[in-house]
Amino acid sequence: MMKNSNKEQKNMNKWFSSGSPWIWLSAGGVSISLISVLGLLWLIASKGLSYFWPAEIHEFKSIDQHGKHTTVIGEIYDREFIPASQLAHTSIVLDPTQETVERLLVKTGNRELVSLDFRWILVPQIQSTSTPEELAVIERRTNGNFYGYIDSVVLDGKEVEKSKLPELLTRVDNFQEEIDQLQTTDIGAINYQLERLRLKERKYKLDNQLTEARKQELASKTQALKDEYTTLESELMALRDEVARDHIVVRAMDGQKVTINFEHILNITYNNKLGLFEKVGTFLSQIGGFLIDDPREANTEGGVFPAIFGTVLMVLLMTVIVSPFGVVAAIYLHEYAGKNALTKLLRIAVINLAGVPSIVYGVFGLGFFVYMVGGSLDQLFYPETLPSPTFGTPGVMWSAITLAILTLPVVIVSTEEGLARIPSAMRHGSLALGATKAETLWRIILPIASPAIMTGIILAIARAAGEVAPLMLVGVVKMAPNLPLDGNFPFLHLDRKFMHLGFHIYDVGFQSPNVEAARPLVYATALLLVMIIISLNMTAVSIRNRLREKYRMLEH
Amino acid sequence: MTLAFKSTGSRQLKNSLAKWLITLGGISVLFTLVLIFMYLLYVIKPVFDSAKVEPLSQITLSSTNTSLSTGVDELKEVAYQIDNEGLATFYRLKATDQHSVGSVLLTQRLISEGAQLTHSVNAGLDLLLLIDSNNNNTLVSPDFKATYTADSREIVAKIEYPLGEESLIIDENEATIKKVAFGMDTEKAVFVASTADGRLIKTSFIADDDFTYDPAYEVNFQEIEFYSKTVDDILVTPDLSLAFVKSGNTVSVFELDDEDNVPLKTVIKPKTTITSLALLSGSSSILIGDDKGVISQWFEVAAEGNRDFQEIRTFSNETGEAIKHIYTEQFRKSFYTVTETGVVDIFYTTSEAELWSGKMLTKAPDAFAISPRADAIITILDDSLVLTAVHNEHPEVTWSALWNEVWYEGYQEPDYIWQSTSGTDDFEAKFSLVPISFGTIKAAFYAMLFAVPIAITAAIYTAYFMTPGLRKKVKPTIELMEALPTVILGFLAGLWLAPIVEIYLPAIFLLVLFLPLSTLIAAFAWYNLPKEIKVKIPETLAPIILIPVLLVSLYFAFALSPVVEASLFGGDVRQFITNELGINFDQRNALVVGIAMGFAVIPTIFSMAEDAIFSVPRHLTSGSLALGATQWQTLIKVVLLTASPGIFSALMMGLGRAVGETMIVLMATGNTPILDWSIFQGMRTLAANIAVEMPESEVGSSHYRILFLAAFVLFVFTFVFNTLAEFVRQRLREKYSSL
Repeated sequence: MMKNSNKEQKNMNKWFSSGSPWIWLSAGGVSISLISVLGLLWLIASKGLSYFWPAEIHEFKSIDQHGKHTTVIGEIYDREFIPASQLAHTSIVLDPTQETVERLLVKTGNRELVSLDFRWILVPQIQSTSTPEELAVIERRTNGNFYGYIDSVVLDGKEVEKSKLPELLTRVDNFQEEIDQLQTTDIGAINYQLERLRLKERKYKLDNQLTEARKQELASKTQALKDEYTTLESELMALRDEVARDHIVVRAMDGQKVTINFEHILNITYNNKLGLFEKVGTFLSQIGGFLIDDPREANTEGGVFPAIFGTVLMVLLMTVIVSPFGVVAAIYLHEYAGKNALTKLLRIAVINLAGVPSIVYGVFGLGFFVYMVGGSLDQLFYPETLPSPTFGTPGVMWSAITLAILTLPVVIVSTEEGLARIPSAMRHGSLALGATKAETLWRIILPIASPAIMTGIILAIARAAGEVAPLMLVGVVKMAPNLPLDGNFPFLHLDRKFMHLGFHIYDVGFQSPNVEAARPLVYATALLLVMIIISLNMTAVSIRNRLREKYRMLEH
Repeated sequence: MTLAFKSTGSRQLKNSLAKWLITLGGISVLFTLVLIFMYLLYVIKPVFDSAKVEPLSQITLSSTNTSLSTGVDELKEVAYQIDNEGLATFYRLKATDQHSVGSVLLTQRLISEGAQLTHSVNAGLDLLLLIDSNNNNTLVSPDFKATYTADSREIVAKIEYPLGEESLIIDENEATIKKVAFGMDTEKAVFVASTADGRLIKTSFIADDDFTYDPAYEVNFQEIEFYSKTVDDILVTPDLSLAFVKSGNTVSVFELDDEDNVPLKTVIKPKTTITSLALLSGSSSILIGDDKGVISQWFEVAAEGNRDFQEIRTFSNETGEAIKHIYTEQFRKSFYTVTETGVVDIFYTTSEAELWSGKMLTKAPDAFAISPRADAIITILDDSLVLTAVHNEHPEVTWSALWNEVWYEGYQEPDYIWQSTSGTDDFEAKFSLVPISFGTIKAAFYAMLFAVPIAITAAIYTAYFMTPGLRKKVKPTIELMEALPTVILGFLAGLWLAPIVEIYLPAIFLLVLFLPLSTLIAAFAWYNLPKEIKVKIPETLAPIILIPVLLVSLYFAFALSPVVEASLFGGDVRQFITNELGINFDQRNALVVGIAMGFAVIPTIFSMAEDAIFSVPRHLTSGSLALGATQWQTLIKVVLLTASPGIFSALMMGLGRAVGETMIVLMATGNTPILDWSIFQGMRTLAANIAVEMPESEVGSSHYRILFLAAFVLFVFTFVFNTLAEFVRQRLREKYSSL
């Protein structure tokens, strides 16, 4: 026995002196990093995707400690175990051997009937659980989902077959589309033109050029627009009446009957009836809706299209600005700069631009671009709109410029790396054949370095797409009434504020009144953003790797 | 051939043009950085400028009588003078097309002819109580109304009578009033006066409705019990709650709220000869000037159960002359002192700053007033009226007020406080950068505490022990973390991790123990495996082998958490921490931030440290191994030593990132600016503070500029770290290439 433990001791000592435990511990660092990266991605993906999956609708019949029977209809949202001791103060009778009690968080919707659309139920109190096929989920424009049994469908005051439902829904859908078109595009355009006329008049006045003739002309134009507005408005009213023609009567979980007009209904699904393929279909159409719809209910429902659009537009603008500057700076550093103090300073500047906290760029952008440059632009070119600012307020252009500075080092570093990999023999060859340095650059170096430049730009885009802090100061808003790009001249409105996916996450997750209800949507948005950024990064990395391979071949 | 020749010139031109453009483009990077630096400084600079004083205009008054009161309108265009014969005269201070500077706008007699004005007592802006030698009391308010015509602005001067033109009865017995002070709001006017027959009285005019549109009121006379017959000076606070009565070298404080009796609250006894008294804006502090040129600020401090006036701080004018008058600003905590010889000093209380000092006049002025926007003062000495501009936008900010403890009104002791806005109007913004700088360091510290061990060990293993094939996959995967938007990390930290940490708190601490332990157990188990299996599962796969092992220990930690909670902490860790340890527990605390921000920092440190270790020349390690050192010995004694500057620069970069990170801290902490190292409490960082407050700060205000200062501090901080890291890295690169 003694011998045995001695041997073991020796074995231990030998193991320790070999350094193997420390190697394993350092391997643990790698494992933890891997677990956290992959775990994080898995978490976002699973939570984000489950948002779109049509959940089963349960009907719980439970009896509480006072013997009261209740029926709860809804989706199971979360489940957790709580220590039984936490329930000790209530009169709930529990199995004394149980240490924990399971409870379910059920999303019950029906916001007009109950104040909270979530409810906890204790599993021991549940008498029966069922998933009746006739349970319908009614997705609505306001007040969130409604769960219940459809009692009757009423067409223009007369009750009709339930099978008519899909047909009626399609009809309303078409009308709603027309209404949207009228409201945002046509009426929006008229309002925009009216505002421009008003500003024009003011400009003439400021310049002392407002003659009677001009006044007349402006007035008649305004009148024409106003007339058009009136006709459109009456059209809109007619459409609204059409939409509001029919309604359904729904029985909620407590037996109460609720009338829901078709004008509020977006979609009706019988989740419990759906087969796998139909579920996949619903899943996909939900994803589609998420990507192309406008947000509803203070961003906590509906789609994120304006945020996607804003992000993409801002990033594109930024790319246009950052690419030439970044590439030129990299060319200077690698091809022109001598080995002197200035070059060293430049390199330190590049490193520091990369290291300065993004919020500092936001502060700089707000002070310098928005208030100083933008304020001066307003004074010079838009005196007629003052005191309400045009460019002297946060907007998409300032955001793009601010982020361009922020991502400048990314492009520089990546481009320079590409330039460094080009064998100098190629430069020498070109110069020896009589080309000037500029020609060598333009004809030989840049084409070969173009994948590296691409890599840099893609990495810059990925960085910019995920950046939120500076944007909160220079142009992002919770809810932008108009997209920065529309059908009104000059089409691209650089002065407008915009919505952004990253800010959407922050805003809906932390600033919305009903965080619990909005959380799945935030996960879905996060998933979208992560997917965009990771695919951009992977593209950049794969371009870079292919490039490296190519140069390796060139060298041999 | 000729063609080629012809084009050579333009080709050369293009070539040199390209060179210039590219050089310009390259240098623009440096220019950008310098621009950011300079612009931040440009915005910050006015905060630290001392006050500038310059005379604007001087006019000679038409009346040669002694002036008692003066005042000026908001835009400093019209001033008034009230002289001892009760004549109010309005003068233009700014020339217009029709009028010259100094021309008289309006003259109005305020008391009956022949009478002398004995008192002209000010309460707030342009509200005067006039008492004449016939014992007539009237409240007057010189008023400036701007009227706009097509292309100009005209100021119409007028005298208003807020309580009517009839004489007000302040004393029931109608005795001559010797000293008087009053205050008035929309519902009440309170007069405290000493009379010729030795009484101290309080008279309240209680509005029937509201003085703004109905001057009708009821009167309530009260007599104040006072031990002394001599009353030198009286002050009434603008909120009508306290009266200060100076008698000799003591100041008695009376409470005015009660309409039945006027209790003596306390007696302030400074150990000096009091020469002047004034109330600081906000009605909490009283300023006492003495004969040696020292002004002391007193306010109530809760001590031993009751509140009492304490001397908080003193200011002194350098001349040492007696303080004749103290004038306080209406909205800020600034005050002006005047001596007999005409020396004017400007002070700000909370920042303890002497903003300006100089001999402005030949002797003490007859009348003195501060303009409504506090950007000018107006003085009358004999027949000359002088308007002096005072450029003093940010008196509350000094370097010492930003970084030292400041004793604010209503606080028990000096403290570091960041509190930039609040609901009430007479609130004083408190700008101490200490709590938010501390929060920044705290957040960075916990993030580094979490990230450094994982990042460095992972870097060591990946660079030194991992097979090239595995390394090619592992490195980009970990670096992928860097691309994850921090807003997502912050969101997960705040809404997913924080509740988990709260519920399974013991699990988090168990993991610190479990993870290394399970790794070692797995390592030892592998070591004792038979050779055949070891060949099949080589040690180089350790990171992969460990993943399931660590996942299992993760599961156990969480499964054991409720058990540990029940057995050691009485079922609820949070209650245990709050009740037994006396530590506050926030759901969004430093632990959550440390973990979340740690994740954000790991890839930065990992990537750079891995590069540094990986590029240690192979012949160094081969030499060491050939001499018989083990892998581990070679790593510690050769590789890490050689790569240590690189690892250091990786840590610097990581720290730089942790310091400047905004979204994670913003979302994963409660953003409370507190000074507490506790891991269970939150913090507010410089970056998050900017993100929260910048959108609502007024452009050009002190708050706005201080937020720029916060950004500047962040900028400089990261600049130092990054430059240091880059410098070290350059040196290392040269060293490697020479090896």
